[in-house]
Amino acid sequence: MTMRGAAAIVGFAEMPTRRTYEGRTAMGLMAEASRDAMADARIRKEEIDGLIVEGGDFYPAAIGEYMGLNPNFVTGVSTMGASGATATSVAAMAIHSGLANNVLVTLSAPRETGMPWGSPPSPGMRTEFENPYGPAVAANTGYGLMYSRHMHEYGTTQEQLANIAVNQRYNALENENAVFRGQPLTVEDVLNSRYINYPIRLLESVMPCAGGAAIILTSADRADSFPNRPVYLLGAGIACDPLTGWARERLTRSVVTRSAPIALQMAGYGPSDIQFAQFYDCYTILHAVCLEDAGLVPKGEIGPFFAATDTTYKGSFPINTDGGQLSCGQPGDAGGFRHVVEATRQIMGRAGVRQVERNDLCMVNG
Amino acid sequence: MTTEYTKPLPIPGGMYGATRGDFTQPFWEATKRHELVIQRCRTHDGFFFYPRELCPVCLSSDLEWAPVSGRGRVHAFTIVYQPNDPRFNDDAPYVYAAIQLDEGARIISNVIDIPPHDVTVDMPVVAVFEDVTPEWTLVKFRPA
Ligand SMILES: [Zn+2]
Repeated sequence: MTMRGAAAIVGFAEMPTRRTYEGRTAMGLMAEASRDAMADARIRKEEIDGLIVEGGDFYPAAIGEYMGLNPNFVTGVSTMGASGATATSVAAMAIHSGLANNVLVTLSAPRETGMPWGSPPSPGMRTEFENPYGPAVAANTGYGLMYSRHMHEYGTTQEQLANIAVNQRYNALENENAVFRGQPLTVEDVLNSRYINYPIRLLESVMPCAGGAAIILTSADRADSFPNRPVYLLGAGIACDPLTGWARERLTRSVVTRSAPIALQMAGYGPSDIQFAQFYDCYTILHAVCLEDAGLVPKGEIGPFFAATDTTYKGSFPINTDGGQLSCGQPGDAGGFRHVVEATRQIMGRAGVRQVERNDLCMVNG
Repeated sequence: MTTEYTKPLPIPGGMYGATRGDFTQPFWEATKRHELVIQRCRTHDGFFFYPRELCPVCLSSDLEWAPVSGRGRVHAFTIVYQPNDPRFNDDAPYVYAAIQLDEGARIISNVIDIPPHDVTVDMPVVAVFEDVTPEWTLVKFRPA
């Protein structure tokens, strides 16, 4: 038996994404988000018996210790930007398998002013075969390669993909948790922004930020006893590709080609059943490719799709209804967690002005 | 050369290791001779890059460094305006590209001797060698 519907999210909290939380620590942000998520679910700390975190920056036990938690099940997932969605899926697995009853998932990233992206690499393939040739800043290089190849194979244009940033900005305008709230954006603005590395422009890239969030999951038989509308996890797929973008067999295909079919089959739904989507968006191009690979848009047709479709919360197929990472900012590896949080907010019916009408079935990509 | 080369030189080491990865030495000895050699797996008869101690296709240890033509195509490229390492700032914009070698392996490098925005995907290229210091020679590519 799969874990379909075995666990549900019953509470959440999000620290507003900001350029910096000066003087704050990752542990402190996680603890605060966790406290608020427990309050949202009206669950006591003593009832939390599972803890799942990102795991690459801190040992999971250290995070439990900081909050005075002594969980029966604890682990980190270390899947970078996908850590939030992975951790949520692993939480459901832990509940389904009987390892824990009430699981806390929390991720965060602090950021000091002027903090550079990433840490110096230890000697290895990157220092030997990439760095002498001058890769672009942050994670841009691999996505620049993906972008140029997608333009070549499918005729995708930057003008088409600029709509991703524009539509998400509309969604973020009244989101108090978004760094770019209240700052409208046009296709011209995107196309006039400077290149970080062709074809990627500044406004097609995320802004490094600080923030954090937490969610509480519980088993299906307890879910209805909590005050919020339970958000059941119906299907999940966690697949992996080569870490090095240029080493992937097909640069224009993402790992979602394998993870989405697993999730959909488990859930018993097809792509056409999905009512709205929250998809990873470190760059417009990756967001575009993942939507194609999930089967939500035919392969190679993402450009025309975004040129013709209103993907705002008011539109026919809402995507990244909170503004996504492109408009909210990216708190490191916690960035992708916002897609889980916003899906939860929408399904619970608590998205306020940006609430979507059809809010029963969402696909989330981390 | 009269001016000192100030950009990063290759720092060998296993993918996650902190020790010097001497097994890649034949690659850099070859570039000094202005030759390109790529690891070839004798078991499944195929080239691969980046260098590894085992074949990533069949996990064989029966590997050799085999000369390749240096010819290939631009599989994908990006034009770097904002380098990760500020030591490249004076070079920007420049082309950073994945080159699909005719023999089958894909290598990462720069495409030079062409205005950056004239580079196209699938453009034929050929290896050129830059002796950046007496010890190190980098392999780059130019239009064929
Ligand atoms: Zn082999």
